[in-house]
Amino acid sequence: MSSLGELRNLAVRRRKGKARAKEKYPDNKAAYLFLLPWLLGLFGLTIGPMAASLYLSFTEYNLLQPPQWIGLDNFTGMFGDERFWNSFRVTVVYVLGGVPILLALALGLAMVLDKGMRALSFYRSVFYLPSLMGGSVAIAILWRQVFGKEGLINGVLGWFGVDGPGWIGHPDFALGTLIVLNVWTFGSPMVIFLAGLRQIPNMFYEAASIDGAGPIRKFTSVTLPLLTPIIFFNIVLQIIFAFQAFTQAYVVSGGTGGPADSTMFFTLLLYKEAFNELNMGYASAMAWFLVLVVAAFTAFNFWLSKYWVFYDDKD
Amino acid sequence: MTTKTDTTAAPLEAPVRRHPRSRWRTARSLGRHAMLIAGSTVMIYPLIWLLVSSFKPNSEIFRDLSIFTLDLTTENYANGWNDLQFPFGVFLLNSSIIAFGAIAGNLFSCSLAAYAFARLRFRGRNVFFAIMLASIMLPFQVMMVPQFLIFKELGWLNTFLPLIAPKFLATEAFFVFLMVQFIRGLPKEIFEAARIDGAGHFRSYLQIVLPLIVPALATTAIFTFIWTWADFFGPLVYLRLPESWPVSLALKGFLDAQSSSDYGSMFAMSVVSLLPMFLVFLFGQRFLVKGVATTGIK
Repeated sequence: MSSLGELRNLAVRRRKGKARAKEKYPDNKAAYLFLLPWLLGLFGLTIGPMAASLYLSFTEYNLLQPPQWIGLDNFTGMFGDERFWNSFRVTVVYVLGGVPILLALALGLAMVLDKGMRALSFYRSVFYLPSLMGGSVAIAILWRQVFGKEGLINGVLGWFGVDGPGWIGHPDFALGTLIVLNVWTFGSPMVIFLAGLRQIPNMFYEAASIDGAGPIRKFTSVTLPLLTPIIFFNIVLQIIFAFQAFTQAYVVSGGTGGPADSTMFFTLLLYKEAFNELNMGYASAMAWFLVLVVAAFTAFNFWLSKYWVFYDDKD
Repeated sequence: MTTKTDTTAAPLEAPVRRHPRSRWRTARSLGRHAMLIAGSTVMIYPLIWLLVSSFKPNSEIFRDLSIFTLDLTTENYANGWNDLQFPFGVFLLNSSIIAFGAIAGNLFSCSLAAYAFARLRFRGRNVFFAIMLASIMLPFQVMMVPQFLIFKELGWLNTFLPLIAPKFLATEAFFVFLMVQFIRGLPKEIFEAARIDGAGHFRSYLQIVLPLIVPALATTAIFTFIWTWADFFGPLVYLRLPESWPVSLALKGFLDAQSSSDYGSMFAMSVVSLLPMFLVFLFGQRFLVKGVATTGIK
């Protein structure tokens, strides 16, 4: 079961009031000893810093002078800043443009590969490899050349007599090349879908056959409903990951977010504010904005899931 | 849902008879393979092109984009290795130190936490478990500035410590979850037997759980390796001096210094930096696929 499924179960169990308040805790001492490193990390490197950055988001802080409380100025400044909204728009286009295609490809290929076909593991490896390497600087460097003026893409277009532009250097296309790069990494959700397909018991298909269902009916009435929790899981995680994309935009644009800020991802602007301009307070405000946006997307997904995700709850 | 992925039996095929339907089926299967091979080629072609180009003379790389050529040379590798301020071996060594430090940290801290979550009953378990799962989804940018300040105060800038030390505190929660899933799948009787034999929790962790979750530990080690090897953001923030660069920053150094058009050596060193990831993928595939399937991590 996925981590999201676990979270949902915890919530459901609580609502059902099954959490026994009077339960004995025989292992308290040992447990906290085992959890010591994790607890130190949780408070020292996660919750503590989260609180600190919440405080910093209401201050002006450049590392040299102590933080100065300025109330909501960072936030009002942010919302009045054209560059901030541009980076937000670029990121949302990247997320909403890439994630649906990526997941559709992942699901489609998983369906094709699930037919117990020959050479399955070979195809799976080939499709999976890019998703492991896709985040590296080497691949971003490669991408600059593939989509460059004299690159592979234009080479292929040349066969058809099309003289393509320098995609990376063109403000209308640069973001598109990054979306393609993200789509190229569909292998890991594909592997998750494959695992999910394997867990659908064969007897469901047999029962459907006896009831006279054809292949399409089997897909819509058996496969798809039983796969919805995994589809949901992939949607939520891929959106969260895409919002945090950084390396590829940084390397492909040479650290500038260009041309004309067309690949200035939210995280890239945030990095520049923090470590180039040393606006630590402003950067913290941006980071909290990002968390709230990601949380809102996730909450919306959870709300929407009530209408289309099928959970086979028996307890 | 369990962690097992290969439980379905192959559907029983009727004995092959030659009639139109089976011929149609063969044709369809051939069509599917043709489609998949075309798709695979598109996916993998850029990587092959990178590999072949890294062996081409500089003047040829963009003049002839095909991968079929006999005009090959290793001089890009010789040039690229010494192109930056330090030989590329230094950067490979730095990356290795960071990667193996991170692996040690994750194996140690995540397995301890996983044992507690999977095997022990304690106050606040559900709450902590929910927090742990939720932290997988938390954007790291929200901790970034204060963490930077902490490591700066500790005098750790331009050392590998900010990239290694947090792993000893189980900050990568997906591995905790992965191991929890694995430990839950172990038969309860083993733990019963150990308890009857008088083994405490520490012994049961050390002598029963650790040996039995070796596949999960392998998955953790492999993913940690690939992620830290490719990591760019952490080094960008903490490592400013060239002698402390890992390969990711060294490659960025190539881009920054790219005034001329020595694409050959940049491609060659890109291949060198991808090679360890590829080898780990090749030999660790089994664990990777299983790990992705169990937890849905990247």
